[in-house]
Amino acid sequence: MAPARPESPNDPKSAPDPAAEERLVIALRSRDEDAYEQLVRAHGGRMLAVARRLLGDSEDAPDAVQEAFVSAFRSIDSFEGQARLSTWLHRIVVNAALMKLRTRRRKPEQPIDDLLPTFEADGHHREPGKPWQPAARLEQREVHRLVRENIAKLPDAYRTVLVLRDIEELDTAEVAALLEVNAGVVKTRLHRARQALRTLLDPHLRADRE
Amino acid sequence: MEDLRCREFTDFLLAYLDGELDPRARAAFEEHLQACPPCRDYLDSYRRTVELVGTAWSPCGPDDAIPEDAPEELVHAVLEARRRA
Ligand SMILES: [Zn+2]
Repeated sequence: MAPARPESPNDPKSAPDPAAEERLVIALRSRDEDAYEQLVRAHGGRMLAVARRLLGDSEDAPDAVQEAFVSAFRSIDSFEGQARLSTWLHRIVVNAALMKLRTRRRKPEQPIDDLLPTFEADGHHREPGKPWQPAARLEQREVHRLVRENIAKLPDAYRTVLVLRDIEELDTAEVAALLEVNAGVVKTRLHRARQALRTLLDPHLRADRE
Repeated sequence: MEDLRCREFTDFLLAYLDGELDPRARAAFEEHLQACPPCRDYLDSYRRTVELVGTAWSPCGPDDAIPEDAPEELVHAVLEARRRA
């Protein structure tokens, strides 16, 4: 059984009492410094987790969270009561992290094509895969670590789409708008990112690995 | 479409899993799936990859739940940035 993701913006467990949230928003709008600290303490941890998934464990992640809070505080008047505060902040930190990603110096990346499946001229698999080990036989913590490490190896343009779609659970249209590309590009990148990650995981997870 | 090969099968995976193939393409996809063990294995490992991505940051037990609290260092940095802003 997969445990619920505690940092998901849609996780009902993290749903605060709506009345308390409304009071917090009112206090924030009156520029109450204590309310600001309360907001940071309540949401900062989850926002940092989001930033780290997009930016890795660098100083860029806390910087993005810091910028997200500054911009949230500045635009609290535009916060619409219908949205949840956590959802609103989630979008702001995703934006801040993407901004950082666009401006920072690129590290050398392995071309995605090296990680995609190859085919013979007749359209058949060049290297037919082997089945993977049953999930039950794998040490969960070890597999989670392996998956996180390999997601980090994907080129930025692909990792970003994979994280936003398959982890942050944004839909194709939202991701397309954030990245300023069309929906077809998002789908292609998502498919390639999943295939590339599959290739990276394959030697660790195939059943005949011993 | 009758003659769908591994290459097209692989291209259609995402649309298939999202339920976005039209009925004819879906039938051809499923026919290939029945007939081609390597593509069955590929579909299985692709699906597993998606599941693994979704749970990669989930706690494995009560002991390693991701702390919801903001690290103190971060709280200070954010409050400091606010004062400067
Ligand atoms: Zn095939």
